[in-house]
This record gives sequence, C-alpha cells and structure tokens, in this order.
Amino acid sequence: MNRAAALTRHTLFWPVTVWVVLLLANVAFTPGFLSLRIREGHLYGSLIDILLFGAPLILVALGMTVVIATGGIDLSVGATVAISGALACHLIAGGHGLIVALPVAIGASLLLGLWNGLLVTRLGIQPIIATLILMVAGRGIAQLITGGQIITVDSDAYKMIGGGYWLGLPFSILLVAAALAVTLLLTRRTALGLLLEAVGGNAEASRLVGIRSSGLIVLAYMFCGLCAGIAGLMISSNTLSADGNQAGLWIELDAILAVVLGGTALTGGRFALSGTVVGALIIQTLDTTIYTAGIPPRMTLVFSAAVVTVVCLLQSPAFRAKVRRRPPAAPVPSAAEQEATA
Amino acid sequence: MFRRLITLTAGVSLALTALTACGGSDSGSGSGDTITLGFSQVGAESGWRTANTKSIQDSAKKAGIELKFSDAQQKQENQIAAIRSFIKQKVDVIGFSPVVVTGWDAVLKEAKAANIPVVLTDRAVDSDPSLYVTFLGSDFVEEGRKAGQWLVDRHKDGSDPVNIVQLEGTVGSAPAIDRKKGFEEAIGTNPNLKVIASQSGDFTRAKGKEVMQALLKAHKDIDVLFAHNDDMGLGAMQAIEEAGLKPGEDIEIVTIDAVKDGMQALADGKFNFIVECSPLLGDQLMDVAKKIDAGGSVDKRIVTVETVFDQAAAKEALPTRQY
Repeated sequence: MNRAAALTRHTLFWPVTVWVVLLLANVAFTPGFLSLRIREGHLYGSLIDILLFGAPLILVALGMTVVIATGGIDLSVGATVAISGALACHLIAGGHGLIVALPVAIGASLLLGLWNGLLVTRLGIQPIIATLILMVAGRGIAQLITGGQIITVDSDAYKMIGGGYWLGLPFSILLVAAALAVTLLLTRRTALGLLLEAVGGNAEASRLVGIRSSGLIVLAYMFCGLCAGIAGLMISSNTLSADGNQAGLWIELDAILAVVLGGTALTGGRFALSGTVVGALIIQTLDTTIYTAGIPPRMTLVFSAAVVTVVCLLQSPAFRAKVRRRPPAAPVPSAAEQEATA
Repeated sequence: MFRRLITLTAGVSLALTALTACGGSDSGSGSGDTITLGFSQVGAESGWRTANTKSIQDSAKKAGIELKFSDAQQKQENQIAAIRSFIKQKVDVIGFSPVVVTGWDAVLKEAKAANIPVVLTDRAVDSDPSLYVTFLGSDFVEEGRKAGQWLVDRHKDGSDPVNIVQLEGTVGSAPAIDRKKGFEEAIGTNPNLKVIASQSGDFTRAKGKEVMQALLKAHKDIDVLFAHNDDMGLGAMQAIEEAGLKPGEDIEIVTIDAVKDGMQALADGKFNFIVECSPLLGDQLMDVAKKIDAGGSVDKRIVTVETVFDQAAAKEALPTRQY
C-alpha cells in the first residue's frame, strides 16, 4: 500500500500512465498498433513512427527544459528550426557537402541561442519578449535564405539524419538518445544541474553566493538553440526539403507543453528531463492516434485539448488530493469531520 | 529618438516608392490613351505567389498597360494605403488580391466615389458585390470536382471497391473546404469509390508524410491518395515509398496545384493526375482591364483558365514550367 502510494507520487508516474493508456487505446482502434516487424533491415511499425516523427520535438523540448529550469522561456525555437533547415538545404543545393552544410547550420543555431541569451542577461529583457523578437524575425530570415520557395535537395547522406535507419532504429532517435544521455550526465552527475536549479530558483541569490548566473543562462539558451538547430536538420532531412514558411511552425508551443506535461514547472528551478521526453512522446502519440483512429480534422484540436487537460489535472497535487479525499469521505462523513476538527 | 528614426525610415521608403513609380511611368507615353493599372499584391509568401506577381508584371508589359505595383507584405493596412494612393494618382483600374476577407467596405466605397473600377484577383471579399466589377480567380470546388471526375472515369468499368484516402488542407481554409466538397460531390456518382480516411496535412510536405505514414499502418488496402495540394502529395509519396510500395502504381496519387516539384513527380510516373491551380492570371487581368476601360461589361465572376495534367502532358509541359 505504502509502496503503491510512493509510486503514484513519483513525477514520472502520471505522464507514463497516460502514455501507456494512449498506446493501449490505439490497440483497441487498430489491433496491430504495437506490432513491430523487420522490413528492409530496420524495425517497422507505428511505434517506430512515433519515435521517428517525435524525435525533433523531444530534442527541442530537452533544450526548452533547461531554459525553463533557469526561469526563462524560448519562443524562438520554431524559427531556429526553420533557419537551420533552410541553411543546410540551401548549401547542399548549392553544391556544398555535408561537411560545410551541417557545421554552418549548427553554428548559426548556436549564434541565435547566444543572441537570445545576451538579450536576456546583458540587456535584462524578459525572456518571453527577448525570444519573441527572434520568433518573428527568424521566420523572415529563413524565408530570405530559401527565397520564399521550398528548396528540394537530393542527398542520401543528408536523408540519414532525420529519415535514415541505423542498427534497425531511426537514426534520429539514436541522436536524441545520445543528446539525452549527455544532458542527463552533465546535469545529474556534475554540479551543473544544481547550479541551473539554483539560478532558476533565485538568480539574484545564486549570484550573491558566487554562481555566475548570467553565464549559465547564456549557456542554457545556446544549448536550446543547438537542440532546435539539430531538430531543424532532422525535420528538413526527413522530407529532403526546406520550407522557410512552415518548418517548425508552432513547435515552441508543443515543446513548452511537453515540458509541462513532464512535470517541470514554468516558474523555474527543479526540472525533469525524462519527464519532458515522456511529455513529448504523449504529444506525438496523440497526433498518431488522431490519424489512425480517424478522428475528423475539425475535431482534432478539441480531442488534443481534452487529453492534455486530463494529464494536467492528474499532475496537479491539489486536484489529486480533492479526488482522493472524496470516496472515503462519502460513507463516513462524521469521521472526516472529526479528523478535521481534531 | 526611436520615433524620429521610424519617421525618417518611413520618409525614405516613401520617397523610394515615388521614385520607382516615376521609373515605371517612363515606359508609358503619358498621354490619355495608355491604361494605368494599380495593383496591390498580398506579398511573396510562396513560389505560387511569386509566379503570380511575375505573370501580372509580364502581361502588363506585353499588353502595353502601365502597371503601378505595390507589395502589401501580408498586411491589410498596407493594402488599404496602397489602394488609397492609387485613387489619389487617378489610375484607370485598381486590381488587388485581398489579404483577408473582411474590412474592405470603406476603401472600396472611396474607389467607387472616385469612379475607379476595382478588380479582385485570386481571393474574394465579403463586401457588397456592387463595390467591385469582377472577381478573377480559381474555382476551388471545380478543382476538386475535376480531380474526382478523373477517378470516376478511370474506374467506371471496375466493380471492385476503390479505397481512397484524402489529405485535406489547413482546417477551415477556403481551398480545403471547397476542394473536399467538389471532390466528394464528383465521386458520389460511383458507389465503388469510397473515402476511407480523411485527415488534415496542413498543406505541408512534413505533415503530409507524417499523416500518410500513420494512415498506411491503419489501413492495409489503400488504392488512391487524393491530396489537396502537391506538397502534401510529395510528402505522402515519400511515406508510400518508405512503406515499400510504388507510388503511382500500388497507390494512385491525384493532387491539385501543378507546381514544378509536383509536375516532376507526375512526369516520373509517381503521381497519376494533377489538376492545375494556376497563378498565371496576368493575361486575363489585362484583358479585363482593357475591356472595363473601353466601357464594356465583364462577368461578375471570371474563372482562371486552368488545365489538368496526366503523366504524358506533364512530360511535355515540364521544360517550360514557370513555377
């Protein structure tokens, strides 16, 4: 009994439960949903699709988690996704190799992160406004790079990043796993995680105890930019095209939602990286569910909103306490009253 | 300081606009017999739109019509300002592609008061039809109908059921609603043709691919894919290939638009049929402008001249495709 209670109190319990329920619901609609088979040397099935198409979102959400941990937010990740994909495709279409295209795209993403970080720390602009600038302007930059057209490229090597397979698994999800492992290692096995939480909890207090909070915040935004940049490469590589207008549109909102579903508070401080991963998986599974279960397009937003609301309510300790108190209270109201008065 | 900077920039850009306008008028003779057309474009958000702009500019030159062109950069206030400046310059005809549907009454009344006829292109408005002369643009319902009709003709002898999946455009957008309506109306005549799944792919390649990948797993027996634009069709085509099927053979693909990449896929045999949604309405616009200026009457609704392509026609048309 106690162990069960401890389990339900774990931050990951409710997100994981919802994810599993969603997957099971899919099995009810589509019997073969969870089945995996080997096709052309790699695993094939709906679960693999969820991982493949969810990979960019997981990555962006990882970066977002770190920024949110410092008490900030980054609205510009969608624009960074578009810019990085546009740059890479533009260079590849221009005859350059991946050796040139990838470093340039990733370098640009880091610069965009640096720009956000400096706006927040040096100029003291509120993160939501500072990153809003790039969110709006960035899409214009991406359009400028692509010349307002969709750039189509033909490169098997580039296709590997977001649409290829390695060891039977989507290459993109392996990249994400590596990024998650490195981030977990850096934040949980070194003091970095503690410092980030300290900055997010109270930037001024942590500065006074000797933490270089502004440096850490800039680093967090650069990490977020890097994640968004790589996600941009994945998205454009998957369809071998760069769409400055549409690539990564609204991904910032999905990423923030993933972070919240995973149990990280937007107020900063404590953060849950693995929770974020589950949050992103819930969002992607929800999308796949909508397609496979045949929910009419005009109802998809309502459906998503309903599921998200349920997860958020389950996450809320206040709501859970209310629900839990009611059933035992109903048969013996006097006992509860006595307890309350005592 | 900042405000002064903005005023300065605005001043400079105004001066530049005036300069380019002067440059444009050099080509005309300046006498009363050249027609002046003031045109306000939405912006340059896609390859389709860029082709649309180029078509209008080229046709004006060819027809000897003096064109005053203004780009609204997706903002209604820019467009209203441009139309007002056309009224002040006393152009002969005003043409514009409205950014949004609502909010045009005031400026259209001003044009009417100044006795300048207005032509809408490509997109409609909800104002009183007496405020403009004609609306020149594609008929999205007809496009959907043409796509459906091709399928009906192709499968008229078969008795087996044909399972169709539909990739719809952005939910609530006019092309998505109308193309779906026209398509379903056309295939309704043959009970064998059945839409077994219909999902939105937001008019993008990435979403088209993602949705198709999921649909391929949920439905084992898809015969036909109908996508509301080429881009979603192109994304879905990749999903079909990755599922080990042959697009164009195992699953027939019908789309709308006929942009270059789509035409390439059609010529390669990966698409089966494309209904054109043409941005090249420049020539028709100039004809209308001439007719109105000569005092003639034109229809309230003029549909853009559009064609359809099968694989052979695509191979022929591809080398000269402009967009």
